[in-house]
Amino acid sequence: MSVAKPLPHDAAHLHVTGAARYVDDIPTPANCLHLAFGLSEIAFGTITDMNLDDVRSAPGVVTVITADDMPFENDVSPSNHDEPLLTSGEVNYVGQPIFCVVATSHKAARKAARKSRITYDEKQAILSIEDALAADSRFEEGPRVYKKGDAASAIGSATHVIEGAIDIGGQEHFYLEGQAALAQPQENGDMVVMSSTQHPTEIQHKVAEALGVPMHAVRVETRRMGGGFGGKESQGNHLAVACALAARATGRTCKMRYDRDDDMVITGKRHDFRITYRAGFDDTGRIKGVEFVQYARCGWSQDLSIPVADRAMLHADNAYDLPAARIESHRLKTNTQSATAFRGFGGPQGMVGIERVMDHAAHVLDMDPVAIRQCNYYADAEDGGLSAPRKPAASPPEDILDPKKGEDLASRGAATEVRQKPGDSGAEGQTTPYGMAVTDFILGRMTGTLLKTSGYAARRDEIAAWNAENPVIRRGIAFSPVKFGISFTLTHLNQAGALVHVYQDGSIHLNHGGTEMGQGLFQKVAQVAAARFGVGLEAVRITATDTGKVPNTSATAASSGSDLNGMAVKAACDTIRDRMAAHLAERHQADPATVRFADGRVHVGEESYSFAEAAEYAYVGRVSLSATGYYRTPDLSWDRIRGAGRPFFYFAYGAAVTEVAVDTLTGENRILRADILHDAGASLNPALDIGQIEGGYVQGAGWLTTEELVWDDSGRLRTHAPSTYKIPACSDRPDVFNVALWEGENPAETIYRSKAVGEPPFMLGISAFLALSDAVAGCGTQYPALNAPATAEEVWRAIGRARGQVRS
Amino acid sequence: MNITFLLNGETVELADADATTTLLDWLREERGLKGTKEGCNEGDCGACTVMVSDENGSRALNACILFLPQLNGKSLRTVEGIAAPDGRLHPVQQAMIDDHGSQCGFCTPGFIVSMATAHRNGARDFDDQLAGNLCRCTGYAPIIRATRSAADQPVPDWITDAPVTATANRFMPDSSDALAKLYEANPDATLVAGATDVGLWVTKGLRDIDPVIFLAGCSDLKQVSIDDETLRFGAMADMNTVRAAIADLHPSYAEMIRRYGSVQVRNAATIGGNIANGSPIGDNPPALIALGATLHLRKGDQRRDLPLEAFFLDYGKQDRRPGEFVEAVSFSRQTDRLKCYKISKRFDQDISAVCGCFNITVADGVVSEARIAFGGMAGIPKRATSVENALIGKPWSDDTVDTARAGFDEDFAPLSDMRASATYRLETARALLSRYFAEDRGVAGSVLEVQP
Repeated sequence: MSVAKPLPHDAAHLHVTGAARYVDDIPTPANCLHLAFGLSEIAFGTITDMNLDDVRSAPGVVTVITADDMPFENDVSPSNHDEPLLTSGEVNYVGQPIFCVVATSHKAARKAARKSRITYDEKQAILSIEDALAADSRFEEGPRVYKKGDAASAIGSATHVIEGAIDIGGQEHFYLEGQAALAQPQENGDMVVMSSTQHPTEIQHKVAEALGVPMHAVRVETRRMGGGFGGKESQGNHLAVACALAARATGRTCKMRYDRDDDMVITGKRHDFRITYRAGFDDTGRIKGVEFVQYARCGWSQDLSIPVADRAMLHADNAYDLPAARIESHRLKTNTQSATAFRGFGGPQGMVGIERVMDHAAHVLDMDPVAIRQCNYYADAEDGGLSAPRKPAASPPEDILDPKKGEDLASRGAATEVRQKPGDSGAEGQTTPYGMAVTDFILGRMTGTLLKTSGYAARRDEIAAWNAENPVIRRGIAFSPVKFGISFTLTHLNQAGALVHVYQDGSIHLNHGGTEMGQGLFQKVAQVAAARFGVGLEAVRITATDTGKVPNTSATAASSGSDLNGMAVKAACDTIRDRMAAHLAERHQADPATVRFADGRVHVGEESYSFAEAAEYAYVGRVSLSATGYYRTPDLSWDRIRGAGRPFFYFAYGAAVTEVAVDTLTGENRILRADILHDAGASLNPALDIGQIEGGYVQGAGWLTTEELVWDDSGRLRTHAPSTYKIPACSDRPDVFNVALWEGENPAETIYRSKAVGEPPFMLGISAFLALSDAVAGCGTQYPALNAPATAEEVWRAIGRARGQVRS
Repeated sequence: MNITFLLNGETVELADADATTTLLDWLREERGLKGTKEGCNEGDCGACTVMVSDENGSRALNACILFLPQLNGKSLRTVEGIAAPDGRLHPVQQAMIDDHGSQCGFCTPGFIVSMATAHRNGARDFDDQLAGNLCRCTGYAPIIRATRSAADQPVPDWITDAPVTATANRFMPDSSDALAKLYEANPDATLVAGATDVGLWVTKGLRDIDPVIFLAGCSDLKQVSIDDETLRFGAMADMNTVRAAIADLHPSYAEMIRRYGSVQVRNAATIGGNIANGSPIGDNPPALIALGATLHLRKGDQRRDLPLEAFFLDYGKQDRRPGEFVEAVSFSRQTDRLKCYKISKRFDQDISAVCGCFNITVADGVVSEARIAFGGMAGIPKRATSVENALIGKPWSDDTVDTARAGFDEDFAPLSDMRASATYRLETARALLSRYFAEDRGVAGSVLEVQP
């Protein structure tokens, strides 16, 4: 069977020969036009005069679009209708698009865009968390609070109380392919858009709004992205809408791609956070209660910040059974890029908060950091969780009442309040701070295995001995677990569709709502289809994601791609298979249930046909060989206002041990070794899953070490190119890098019992950060309170703190 | 300019090629070869890597900051020309498929070309060969696995191209004498050596640059000569050549160059360019100043020499007259006491926050000479004179070092920027003197040397 095989990425041959086509590679007509935005030079203020004469008269310029040229919606927000494509009045960050040049070449457009003369009435910008709190500049009316028990009194009566704060920097996606879109005007005012997007339906919706047409007049196609990581969930809207407007205005094909610097200056990044904490522990290291205050710097528009901040709250427990917890979340509005989705979607920040608490507590209690974690774990489910029955949701998952017209229902930032029935999940036993029962926990066993395979205990001793002999270079080692909730927390997004055709020659054409950004989704889904029909993968062709084939898709996000689309494709395939089986069974007077699809053949009774023959018979027998498939995730019920219910279908787990070396003179540091054990359920494709794990770990470690975003006092991003913003390079991966998959299957009924694997491994990188903290803590007696990213400079400062010195 | 080169085995002759059109734009927009990708347009990501060959062998270069005239007389292979004409894959391509080395695939063409070039050159230092190619998906592990598994397979014959003869052009002089005459007559011209700096004036600064003099034909300027007395580097010696030349004589300098840019950047960047552009964060000047280097300048037939540190007058201002160019840099053979410390957020391919170079000679336990120079600490590459003076004549001891460390305050008042704070820069400068002393006493001082 084609599932569970470690097959290469479906486009690997195209990748290595340079033949894989991205948006900017699509052949265009000779008269194709190219777009570039003119950007704000200030962080906050009002435009008082805009002179674009020199822009308009620059060589190659065909037209210039401003807010005045947008007769319909001027909005690219995925949530709150608060993000104009082009601003005409208020300017809210350095880099905000103000006008759009349409020119005969990419370079001509870029050159012209710099020739504007804009004057502003500049106001005091709100840049930092402190600025925002002082001005009460925030999204939502006030902080959101999730509670379990009485954390304050639990902490008050605890033997040991720790408190502290951690700053956690943001992260630039640095997808290698920058944002890009291409719009081709059609007859009757219709528009076809090729977009490098994780969310074609969102693009379709925003383009339709901007053109003042129904969604049926816009078709969006996405073959592949050169990386997404969340950065193409909402951030592609600008380019697609601008291209569609320009294409309508000129009647010509229009293309836009951001130069890298523009991309980094214009688009949103991972939210940076400050998390303050207070926690109480007993002498055995058992946590009694914890309080977190999470401050998220959301930037100037709402975008997806609300669900991001929610997910940070939902991961404030990570793997730990917290008897009492209070999580308070502030979503702060600042005059910076609008922070957006990024792999983990707030989960990593929330998780760093509780891992910091464990690290700090281990230091204060002088306990082994792994032991303190193990004693606070949720209890393992018996037999991998299969025996833990799940209560059905008390009520239908949701009841959307009167969505407002034009609402962005397919976006995670949907502004409509999704009204819920009372959020009683009926959870029993160990529950998360939001009241969800944890029934599938396996980290106890996984941790035991990983500690053994990584030689953790012995290495910890070796490192201590090594450190005793080396005054300048110190080593550190750390373990961290991951428990990550799988499902969109906006429940109605947990649905997917697919369209499958079987042609009369037995070839299979497959389409679904997911997008390919490198994760191998297309291959996994093709493996599902091939398995359902019992054919080889060569019989299956997956085609570009297309809103004309599968409508109303959710973003390929929240790690949901193969869970949702795999199931939808399975449903479509099974529909066709059942029709074929019924037809053949009738011919052979057999029971349809006995018809088998295997090895490229269809077996019925004593007879067997090639799949192509079977398809031909079905066609001649006037049996439909085309079907849609649909899937929605069961058992979800979530009230995000109360913070109660069952937002997740299941949890994905992982654990990592990382060893680092630190130069105590300069703070320079590097990863020496990482050992990872990760739970992908019954993997659909172990090679692709390991690829996600290795890549996720390195990206997560990069977030917490070398990747530093720096804004200056005027709100200008100073790290806007790879020369100044440093993602991991080849030699930054661990010298020794052992990755293994946990042998198990998902107790939840997912596609072939696999688990989502896109985001969870990202958080394994937290172990690298904790290993640095371990190395630094050994430099002195005080807790170093390392902040992220742990650049050489930050490590150097933390060494000072460990030694009781102030290094500002 | 009129240029001739081979593109994937086919001869291309361009008449009136624009001097500052980048190869990447030409490939993608004019030639329709879309395999070579634009990731950053500044030479930092490697997605646009191409293989350029001539009589000196094959090099990986970044097409995004390579001007068309730089290809004159070269053979070029893009990702489209790595597989055989009949479609057979190059061993590195097959290995990347088998080892799952591509995910989103956008960086992959650049990796393939870097890998094929390294494979052709028999290079085994894979991490260094690929330091200039960024991948955001894989975490590099499968790419390195692929590189290893292809390493022992033979170089396919189709990769080797026949030599090409360059077309002569007035603004592409073929010797330093010709350059001296041309530049004196056109002192407003911009000199382009490897274009790793000027390239960005065009791709990011969007400047129109005219006229341009391309130096690549001046082979005499590429010469490196080492005799018993002196090492002399022609200004056009590229940084990989410099690295190889000093590897045995001053290994710490060579190690610093290993981390300087990337293979692609070092293949293009020249030692003369790194000096002439006057950057306060160029990594060569501190090392060369610490070595006591002399700069050789030429204008027409006039030549003059000056200590390298005297060339840097102020931020953005050098002692170079109109029509005058850097001809060479030289320094005396000496016992190796040089240590070069490059502090940056990332080890490979990152611009230094601080680059400290120490050359301290100790005789009979007493410091007899000290030359210490820093990049990133001032508007120019600059010597730490106070620190030097606090060391010279003193016993080489903890006390001396502790006392001398204070001198950095007098020598430098660094700035805070996105690379580091002023405090960190200053304190790190002090720490690096301590590291030099500790290493001299045999204490391990580099995390890069720690093995798991």
